[in-house]
Amino acid sequence: MKGQMPNTTIYFDNAATTRVSDSVLNAMLPYFKEEYGNPSSIYSLGKSSAIAVEQARKKAADALGCEEKEIYFTSCGSESDNWAILGTAKMMAAKGKKHIITSVFEHHAVLHTLAVLEKEGFEVTYLPVYSNGIVRVEDVKAAIRPDTALVTIMYANNEIGTIQPIPEIGAICKEQGVIFHTDAVQAVGNVHINVKEQNIDMLSLSGHKIHAQKGCGILYINKKYRIPNFLNGGAQERGRRAGTENVPAIVGLGVALEEAAAGIDAKNAKLKKFSGQIIDSVMKIDRVHLNGDREKRLAGNLNFSFEGVEGESLLLQLDLHGIAASSGSACTSGSLDPSHVLLSIGLPHEVAHGSLRISMSEYTTQQEVDTLLEVLPKIIEKLRDMSPLWEHIIKGETFKIG
Amino acid sequence: MIYSDKVMDHFSNPRNIGEIADANGIGEVGNAKCGDIMKMYLKIEDGIIKDVKFKTFGCGAAIATSSIATEMIKGKPLEEALKLTNAAVVEALDGLPPAKIHCSVLAEQAIKTAIADYYKRQGIDPTPIVGEIKDDHCDNCCGI
Repeated sequence: MKGQMPNTTIYFDNAATTRVSDSVLNAMLPYFKEEYGNPSSIYSLGKSSAIAVEQARKKAADALGCEEKEIYFTSCGSESDNWAILGTAKMMAAKGKKHIITSVFEHHAVLHTLAVLEKEGFEVTYLPVYSNGIVRVEDVKAAIRPDTALVTIMYANNEIGTIQPIPEIGAICKEQGVIFHTDAVQAVGNVHINVKEQNIDMLSLSGHKIHAQKGCGILYINKKYRIPNFLNGGAQERGRRAGTENVPAIVGLGVALEEAAAGIDAKNAKLKKFSGQIIDSVMKIDRVHLNGDREKRLAGNLNFSFEGVEGESLLLQLDLHGIAASSGSACTSGSLDPSHVLLSIGLPHEVAHGSLRISMSEYTTQQEVDTLLEVLPKIIEKLRDMSPLWEHIIKGETFKIG
Repeated sequence: MIYSDKVMDHFSNPRNIGEIADANGIGEVGNAKCGDIMKMYLKIEDGIIKDVKFKTFGCGAAIATSSIATEMIKGKPLEEALKLTNAAVVEALDGLPPAKIHCSVLAEQAIKTAIADYYKRQGIDPTPIVGEIKDDHCDNCCGI
């Protein structure tokens, strides 16, 4: 959309990706042109790269509460999810365990990987998430069978921001002797995570959601488990994940994780204030719904549905005002159905089409929140004025929810 | 996905938006479940579309196709308006992303439905003139 974009973007799409922080970028820069050695090389230039990777690993281990040898650098959150799930499935199938438990509203990196396993004869139980968007611990407990190989439940949902009872699910899994993986891509830097205290056996995270660059991630694997490799080749990552280390990205990820873990409380205090303002203001609009539990959610992730409004139009209108956000409408999902997450919490298609996700970061300012809250009601009014669906709704001719 | 400047122009400044109080032909197509509804209001005098207005619930392409379609039929005789194809709408917008072609079909159907309504109000069977209007843009959508 050339010529449409204002010079400055008011960025409310931090659940999609984040800007690289200055400290991350500065930490990375020497590893492009000066310290460019291959960490596997024996000479000094290689050694300094290898040391940098190990320092990043130490930072990551500290941020997650695990040992350095339990951290594996990957290319992204999706690779981490694929490796954890496919690796565990293969390992456990050898023991005759071919049942996996997950939730209906996982990220596609999990759901599509499980679909592959279903075709190979695995059985998958998809737990409901109810209208508040939260998995019930008792459902996990009830679903575990003698042949359950893995429980994989996301830490926080990417679209509606609801936080799952991960420590409690981890405790059940530990008690039952089932491996527990969590996709924590949205939770890292927003929720205090300690994999040992929270009984997490495997955890996926992604760099670009926490101000590191795109194309880097981590899989934490409890040292008790030796799942088969996903990427075969060289001896990198202690022979478990081949491929020359992306040294600058790894260095940046280490710094990003260190900062993310240290900054959680300050960030949440600020974002809770902003979320409160946004919820109070947006909920004054007629026929609007806050999607997901009001309390058990990421401080910086809000998802609303506006009846009678279509999400893509809403995003384009916001863009005309220099505001970037996202939606779960069919038109923006690249498919004809609205997002599986919004449908999973019971929204009718009609309402799911009109959703808006607002996701903030530590860079979000009060002025940006004020601009959003000034612009948004006007856009909703404008779109409703031209919406025949809105006409039907106010005449009571169509669906009702809530 | 990138929209043409023409699409963005019609999306941000839709032409002929609103309702006509004394419209003598009204057509509504699409459904809420699929995420788009178009409603066309026509004021027809002496076989000419004197005025046209629309209201649309839908994505950027749905709003832009309905907007440009109203421009393309305003002031035209009914026979000419009935010849408007979705391909002509797409061309006039300098193209649409493949996933959005169905919006242009919806615009064509909305116009035909409104003209059929006009004939019905005149006590004339619209089928021989307008033809069968299939509201089929949702065939592959939402499992309806």
